[in-house]
Amino acid sequence: MSSDILLDIKGLKIQGFSDERWHEIVKGVDVTLKRGQVMGLIGESGAGKSTLGLAAMGFTQPGCKITEGQILFDGVDLAQLSEAQKRRYWGNRITYVAQSAAASFNPAHRLIEQTTASTLRFGKKSQAEALEDAKSLYAELNLPNPDTIGDRFPHQVSGGQLQRVMTAMAMSPRPDLIIFDEPTTALDVTTQVEVLTAMRKIVEHFNTAAIYITHDLAVVAQMADFIKVLRYGEEVEEAETRKMLSAPEKEYTKSLWSVRALVKEPEPAQEPILEIKNIDAAYGKVKVLHNVDISVPRGSTVAVVGESGSGKSTTARVITGLLPPASGQIEFGGQILPSKLQDRSKDQKRQIQMIYQMADTAMNPRQTVREIIGRPLEFYLGLRGQAAEKRILELLEMIELDGRFMDRLPGELSGGQKQRICIARALAAEPDFIICDEVTSALDQIVQEGILRLLMRLQKELNLTYLFITHDISTVRAIADQVVVMNLGRVVEQGAKNDVFSPPHPEYTELLLASVPEMDPDWLTNLNAGRA
Amino acid sequence: MTQTSQSYSAKDEATSFLAKRTAWDRAKILLKKSPNTARFGMIVIAAYVIVAVFAPWIAPYGQAEVFPVPYAPWGGDHMFGTDQIGRDILSRMIYGARNTVGIAFATTILAFLIGASLGLAAAINRSWLDQFISRSVDVLMAIPSLIFALVLLSIFGSSVINLIIIIAVLDSTRVFRLTRAVAVNVVVMDYVEAAKLRGEGLGWIMRREILPNIMPPLVAEFGLRFCFVFLTIAALSFLGVGIQPPTADWGSMVRENASLIQFAQYDLKAGLTPLLPAAAIALLTVAVNFVVDWFLHHTSGIKD
Repeated sequence: MSSDILLDIKGLKIQGFSDERWHEIVKGVDVTLKRGQVMGLIGESGAGKSTLGLAAMGFTQPGCKITEGQILFDGVDLAQLSEAQKRRYWGNRITYVAQSAAASFNPAHRLIEQTTASTLRFGKKSQAEALEDAKSLYAELNLPNPDTIGDRFPHQVSGGQLQRVMTAMAMSPRPDLIIFDEPTTALDVTTQVEVLTAMRKIVEHFNTAAIYITHDLAVVAQMADFIKVLRYGEEVEEAETRKMLSAPEKEYTKSLWSVRALVKEPEPAQEPILEIKNIDAAYGKVKVLHNVDISVPRGSTVAVVGESGSGKSTTARVITGLLPPASGQIEFGGQILPSKLQDRSKDQKRQIQMIYQMADTAMNPRQTVREIIGRPLEFYLGLRGQAAEKRILELLEMIELDGRFMDRLPGELSGGQKQRICIARALAAEPDFIICDEVTSALDQIVQEGILRLLMRLQKELNLTYLFITHDISTVRAIADQVVVMNLGRVVEQGAKNDVFSPPHPEYTELLLASVPEMDPDWLTNLNAGRA
Repeated sequence: MTQTSQSYSAKDEATSFLAKRTAWDRAKILLKKSPNTARFGMIVIAAYVIVAVFAPWIAPYGQAEVFPVPYAPWGGDHMFGTDQIGRDILSRMIYGARNTVGIAFATTILAFLIGASLGLAAAINRSWLDQFISRSVDVLMAIPSLIFALVLLSIFGSSVINLIIIIAVLDSTRVFRLTRAVAVNVVVMDYVEAAKLRGEGLGWIMRREILPNIMPPLVAEFGLRFCFVFLTIAALSFLGVGIQPPTADWGSMVRENASLIQFAQYDLKAGLTPLLPAAAIALLTVAVNFVVDWFLHHTSGIKD
């Protein structure tokens, strides 16, 4: 039965224009998707997965072009159609759910208008029917107050709710195919579970075919019937989900799978290097930290976990002195640290360094690697000229790069390399204590593993202490000695990693731990069965 | 990149790495791709600069040299004739380039020094300092600047120094607004926070962290601001409070010879005389705008 096949992409090649020449982004990929099937598409950034996902709609981003191959959607080659003809498919038979819901909604229109817009444009339903249908979709996606939530504006609902509204919008015209482009990457784990559950339910209910693009293996395992792994624009392998998880064939796929296997044996606790006691902090009148106590032993890694809004980053700002606390005190190396940054001595500033989540914005785009790493050397240690040059080279080697990177600008580095340069900049100050604020959450898994290994090696060699802020539990498993769980500005639980991760848990820790996706296709089903 | 080994190495991660070019090479490539309007603008500006710098060598007579025949016709010893007291128009035009353009340039530089540094300080500080400067600027901007300049010039007297300072201060309000607006977007970047955490002073953060990242809009604004300053000076001179005689200046030249325009019906050339300095002003304004347009287009990354 050939009509069973909804989407059939054959030998697709796509080129993109950059640096004044054409590069092949997708190098001859085949996709066959039957009605009602969900395909997972995984790979690192730059693997061409989003380009391929968009191409399944017959769409290419500006600056890209399809050079070869066919995109047969229900027997029609989308690659041959004109823009106007393709528009008859988009928002009608093929719909798209984007990564950032907040950036994809028009802030000036109510949610329900946007949900029903394309359905009404194609005249599939009357306005009253479409609105009724949108409300029933909201209900099916477990949105609160499904009858009235559509009257709100995008900024009046949370990120997870917005992502579900976008799914409702995609489902409203009852498409044959939905493309999900990393829809949960920007969400907290506990929210991610709700969104995944809702998406899976609705896709199953309407028997819609879907392409699910992500770099998170555990997520794709919950959603997809089969998985395709991409790298450098080429297919690495494709298999049914269970088979892919249990017995991947290719070396590259195995390496993707192995990232989650990184585990650190906890070190015996030494005397504390940093202790913050009874810290209260506020932004203006809004109190964000309530009586926070954290103790960090020298030479260890303390992970601070919690969802967005839990106060983890604020804690970091208090420690660095950017946000003086309303009350409480900070002891560093046995001495009380002035709470304001400008009251701290140069040496106190040198001892505490920070590495940021977004390496892109943490480095001045107009400074070369030499200037970025060289500045703390000159500023704190007075190194200049030959001596500084030699030290920069040493630091670059320490972070597994080399002298070739000296004169590059941040824009000429990959995400992982940028983060390494940020690490080198922190190390250049020869600190005792480094705050890592979500340093790996913007990176691909394989790059994450590299960075985590590097941080662990540096800790051993230089006896560094890390305060590691993250929302990713598998990262915590990988590198932490101690764990601090935060929620709503309070410390919920604190202790050695193995104690915190083994039952009994406080209620919030339980919820957080249970929400971390596992590499088991039945995990989401079992979790929801348990919660029901 | 196809033979990359399966094991992970940070060095081998794919990046877009641009060939290192010297500033000279980049400028050459840039010029090659520039549109004709921009080339025209650059040639005109270069010509003005040359004329201004070498005025004493190019001009046939001195700017204040008086000849016996006032309102001499075109041709003969005086290519564009003489003015109401018998000074050579061509020479005064050439010296005028030096005076008008030079003073406008100095004024624009001063306006940028004041406006940009206050704008950066306000953007970084964001507290009472920002409020104080911003509100003061609002007050200054509320008064029409030409009238305000007229008032101030009649209070302090119209010397060149006063002229430069007064116009620079009035125009720095616009520069302040722009600098502050673009700088606040850069100030919130993590690298500025990193510099603060490192303990860097205000000067370093302004010069090294923020300024390089807001240069393109500032350079474009410099071009436009130069035109406005130049027009303001010409307007003030036309009104008689700008550059004072006998210093040659295009604005006052228009005024002094304005009455000649009535004689256009008898002698077309004589009628054109007051339009010559006006055309010089217009041509430079157009040229600068062509270059600024192209520069903005280039740096804003808009692709055709």
